[in-house]
Amino acid sequence: MKTFLKTPRRRATSLAALLVVLGLVATAVVASTASGGRRDTVTLRVGLFGDFGYHDLYAQYEKTHPNIDIKEDIESYADHHANLAKHLAVGAGADDIESVEVGFIAQFKSQPNLFVNLKKLGAGSLQKQWLSWKWQQSIAPNGAQIGLGTDVGSLAICYRKDLFKRAGLPTNRDAVSKLWPTWQAYMAVGKRFEKHSPKGVSFFDSGSNVFNAIIGQLNPAYYDSHGKVIVASNPKVKAAWNVTMQGVQGKESAGLAAFSNDWNTGYKKGTFATVTCPAWMMGYIQGQAPKTKGKWDIAAVPGGGGGNWGGSFLTVPKQGSHTKEAYDLAKFLTSPASEAYIFKQTGNLPSQPKLLKSKAVLGFKNPFFSNAPVGKIFGTSAMSLKKQILGPHQGDIQTAVSNAIQRVEQHKQSPAASWKQFLKDAKAVS
Amino acid sequence: MSEQSAVEAPVRGRSRTTIRSRLHRIDSKTAPYLYISPFFVLFGAFGLFPLGYTAWVAMTDRTLLNPSWSFIGLQNFTTLIHDSYFWNAVENTLAIFLISTIPQLAFAMFLAYVLNTKLRARTFFRMFVLLPQVTSLVAVALIFTQLFSHDYGLVNYVLGWFGIHAINWEAGRLSSWIALSVMVTWRWAGYNALIYLAAMQGIPDELYEAAAIDGAKPWKQFRYVTVPLLRPTIIFTVIVSTIGGLQLFTEPYLFEPLKQGATGGSARQYQTVVMYLYEKAFAGTQFDFGYAAAIGWALFLLIGVISLVNYLIVRRIRSAEA
Repeated sequence: MKTFLKTPRRRATSLAALLVVLGLVATAVVASTASGGRRDTVTLRVGLFGDFGYHDLYAQYEKTHPNIDIKEDIESYADHHANLAKHLAVGAGADDIESVEVGFIAQFKSQPNLFVNLKKLGAGSLQKQWLSWKWQQSIAPNGAQIGLGTDVGSLAICYRKDLFKRAGLPTNRDAVSKLWPTWQAYMAVGKRFEKHSPKGVSFFDSGSNVFNAIIGQLNPAYYDSHGKVIVASNPKVKAAWNVTMQGVQGKESAGLAAFSNDWNTGYKKGTFATVTCPAWMMGYIQGQAPKTKGKWDIAAVPGGGGGNWGGSFLTVPKQGSHTKEAYDLAKFLTSPASEAYIFKQTGNLPSQPKLLKSKAVLGFKNPFFSNAPVGKIFGTSAMSLKKQILGPHQGDIQTAVSNAIQRVEQHKQSPAASWKQFLKDAKAVS
Repeated sequence: MSEQSAVEAPVRGRSRTTIRSRLHRIDSKTAPYLYISPFFVLFGAFGLFPLGYTAWVAMTDRTLLNPSWSFIGLQNFTTLIHDSYFWNAVENTLAIFLISTIPQLAFAMFLAYVLNTKLRARTFFRMFVLLPQVTSLVAVALIFTQLFSHDYGLVNYVLGWFGIHAINWEAGRLSSWIALSVMVTWRWAGYNALIYLAAMQGIPDELYEAAAIDGAKPWKQFRYVTVPLLRPTIIFTVIVSTIGGLQLFTEPYLFEPLKQGATGGSARQYQTVVMYLYEKAFAGTQFDFGYAAAIGWALFLLIGVISLVNYLIVRRIRSAEA
C-alpha cells in the first residue's frame, strides 16, 4: 500500500523541483530583457559592413539631437548580411538602422513586412533626391520603400603609374584611357604589359574583379525582367567569361581572391598594376596601402563606360523600438550634404543626380590618385548608369562565378569545365 | 514491504517525529533530483528541444526569411543523399579529422609521457602546453591563415630555404587539409596531453617496478603497462575528438580568402559538413533552413556512427592484451 502511494508523490515532488528551476530560469531571462533603456535618451544602433565614413556625421547629429545616442556595429560583408537575416527571422537583435548591399537588396525586399515602409514616414517626398533607378532598386514588390540609397559604384580603372612606366606603357590618364576602348583591348594591353613587366607583377589583381565589372555594365545580366535566371542563355555573360579567360590564360591575373589577405598585401607590395575601381574602391586602396600615395592614377573603364558595382541602402527593420528616430537618422545620413561630405572623406560616390552634377563633386580631385579628377570621372560615369535587373540570388551567383574563375586561376580546371560547373551551381541556387 | 512497515509502525505513534521523519525522507528522496535537475532542464531546453525541433524543420521547406512553409516529409533527405557537394563535404571532414586526430593523439601521448618524467620546471611546462587552449579560436585561425598564405606566408618562406617552391596551401586539396589539421593539432594536442598526464599519474608505481623487475625496458613498459591502463582515457579523448573534429567549422571558415558563401575554397576542397550547413542556412542568399536542418541531422547520425566505430577500434587495445 505504502509503496503504491509513494511513486506518484515522488513524481510530484520531482516535478515541483523542475518547475522551481524552470521558474528561476524564466525570471532571470525576463529580468535581463526588461532592464535597460532610460526614457530620456534614445540609443540608435547602426549596423554596417565596413566603414561608411559616418563618424563625423554622428557627432554632428548628436549635437543637434541631444536626446539621441548613436552606436555603430561594423561587421564583414558576409557576416553582416547573414546576421541581419538571422535577426529578422527571429524578430529580435537587428540594429535600428541596417545597411544592405545591392547584391542582397532583392532578397531582403522580397519580405517587405520585416522592414518599415519608409514612404509611410514621409520618404516619398524625398524621391527626387536619388537617381531614379537607385530609388527603384529598394522598392518591394508590394510597393513599399524599404531603403534609402547611400552610394553607387560607378566604374573606372585604377592603375599604378610607376609600374606602367617600367613596362613601357603610357602613364597619362587620357592616353591610358585610349588604350582600352573595349575589354578585349584591355586584355591586349595586359599582354604587352606582361612582356616587359617586372617579375612577380601581374596586369590585374583577379579575374573575378574584371568579370564583375563587365557584368556591371550589362543589362540584363543574370536575371531577366520576369525574374528568371538567364545566366546560361545570356550570350553576353558568356562573352564576359570568355574575355576574362583570355586574360587569365594569358597569365595577366595575379589570381588573388578579392578582399583576401594576399590581395590586401598585393596593394602594399604592388603585385598588380591595375584594378577595376568602383568609386568605393578608392577608399579601400587608401586604407590598405597608404604608402602608395601618388603612385596611383585613374583611367576610364573599358567597354564604353557606365556600369555599376556595389552601392548600398539604409533600411529600418520593423522590429526596432525607435523606428521613427531611426528613419530621421537614416534621412540625415543619406541627405545631400552628408553624401557630399562622405564622398570627400572616403570616395563613396553619392547616388543623387543633383550632387553628381554639383561643383563639389565634379571639381573634386583626389591627391592620393595623382590629383585625378575623380569627381568628374565617376560623376559623369554615374549619370550614364541605368537600372540593372537584380534577382534575389544575385550574391550566390557572384560567389559561384568567383569560385569558377579562381579554379581556372589555380589551374584546377579548364575554362570549359569550370564554366560548366558554374552553370550547374547557378542553376542550383535559383 | 513487511520490513518497512515494521520499522515505520512505532514511528506512527509519535506525531512530531512523524512529520520530521517525513520531511527528512522527502528531503533525502527529492534532493538528489533537485541537484541534478539544472542539467536536465538546460539539456532539455538547449539540447533535446533543438534536436527535435531541427528534425521537424528538416521535414519542411522553410527558409529563414519567408514565414510561410509547407511540410515535405523526407524530401530534403532524399535530395541530400544525391547531393554531390554534401558528400564532398563529408569526405573533406573525415579526411581532415583523420589527418588531425591520429597524429594529434599520438603527439599528446608523447607529450604526456615527457611531462610525466622528472623534468625541470615541470609545472611551467604543464601549464605551457595548455596555452593554445586559452587562445581565442578566431585568433588562431587568422594567424595560421597568414602563416599559410601563398605569397607572404611564413611557412612558404621557411620552405623556400630548402628550395621548396611556394605552395598555394589554400588552393590545393591535400595541402589545405594539412594546413587545417595543423591548426587543429596545435590547439588540441596540449589539452589531450594533460588528460593523458592526469591518467598516467593514477597508475601505481608498483606496476612499473614489477615490469622493470621482469626486465621490461621503458618502451615495453609504456606499451604494456601505460597504454592498456589508459584505455578508458584514450576512449574518452577519441570520442571527444571525433565529435569536435566532425563539427569543424571556424578554422576552415576563416581560412577562406573569398569571405563569401562559405564554400570552402574555389573547388570546395575544404568545405566541411558544418560549413555546408552554414552555406545553406546563412552564408548565401538562400537561407534554406529546411535543407540545413537535414544536413544537421545527417551530421548527427554520422557522428554517432563514427563514434561507435572508433569506440570499437579503441576497445581492442585491451582485448589484444587479454
